[in-house]
Amino acid sequence: MGIEPGRLHFSWISSAEASKFVEVAREVSDQVRNTGPATKLVKKLPEVA
Amino acid sequence: MEAYTEKIRQAARRLLKEKRVDVVMGFQRGTVPMMSQPVLIRKVDEVGRLHWDSHCGSNLANYLPKRKERIALVAKGCDSRNIVGQILENQIKREQLYIIGIPCLGMVDRRRILAAFPGREPLSVSEADTRLLIRGDGFEETLERVQYLQENCAICTHRNPVIFDELVAEPAPEQSDLDRYEDIRGVEKMIPDERWQYFRELLAPCIRCYACRNACPMCYCPTCFVDESMPQWLGKSIDPTDTTTFHFLRAFHLAGRCTDCGNCQRVCPVGINMRQLNKKLEKEIKELYGYESGLSLEERPPLDTYRPEDPQQFIK
Repeated sequence: MGIEPGRLHFSWISSAEASKFVEVAREVSDQVRNTGPATKLVKKLPEVA
Repeated sequence: MEAYTEKIRQAARRLLKEKRVDVVMGFQRGTVPMMSQPVLIRKVDEVGRLHWDSHCGSNLANYLPKRKERIALVAKGCDSRNIVGQILENQIKREQLYIIGIPCLGMVDRRRILAAFPGREPLSVSEADTRLLIRGDGFEETLERVQYLQENCAICTHRNPVIFDELVAEPAPEQSDLDRYEDIRGVEKMIPDERWQYFRELLAPCIRCYACRNACPMCYCPTCFVDESMPQWLGKSIDPTDTTTFHFLRAFHLAGRCTDCGNCQRVCPVGINMRQLNKKLEKEIKELYGYESGLSLEERPPLDTYRPEDPQQFIK
């Protein structure tokens, strides 16, 4: 739908796979941080004069 | 197609007289041209109200979920596929239904007709063979029916009902050699920013009236995610973030279920082509699982089955 590659991730991690969770969470947060602040699907408060 | 009217009335009369069904769902003439409307007939002497023409695009399957009576209903190809979907999803039982099948030649898009007469108002529209006869104040014109079909009908590959108890006519010739996804491939080729812009413009007119959802035979959740308030999944505004989320999520909920009956687009008061979203998911489901929705009562839909060989490259 036009969301930048690298912002959306899917994974299947069992509750027994703690180390996989840590690994994937690090990877995801690194990648998203590199993508920079989101500009899409961001809702701004209405500006009131 | 108007010739189907008499056949539908005959069937309805017979079914009500023999007490095979409690109610017949069909169409009656609308109060304005090109707006045939759904009607429920319970008595034999009301059968004469039933009507059929090229403006019966509404999907009567929308009125089925959780009904308890024995129902006869007229169903075009797409409607019948939605009925299959609802049976598979336990919304209605096959034994309750008597399906009067309509071999469909496509429904006419009222908006395209109106657009052909700028500044003039068609007051009556009738049909003869492949032509539409449009009459208004001081004018009378004939149009080729096939040039004014709804978009989804023009690219329809399942015109004949997939389940039925009787057909009102010989099966219609199916259209083949069609490319259903030409426009979708165009969107797929865009770079993310272009695509974002494209969807932004596609959905910008949305006023969140939910007509598309309400008209959808597969949108039968007792409480829709957009109406939930604890938790509130989605904002109620027409901020692009909210409208986009609404349309995308609704499209995802219809993945492998939508039959492209076109009812959503038909009822949209601001003319959004949200079928673009549904068609993309239809294409994905076809390519990934080889499944087309609502064609068989035997096969479970891909999203409620698991097979070890299911594609899952997207998951880590």
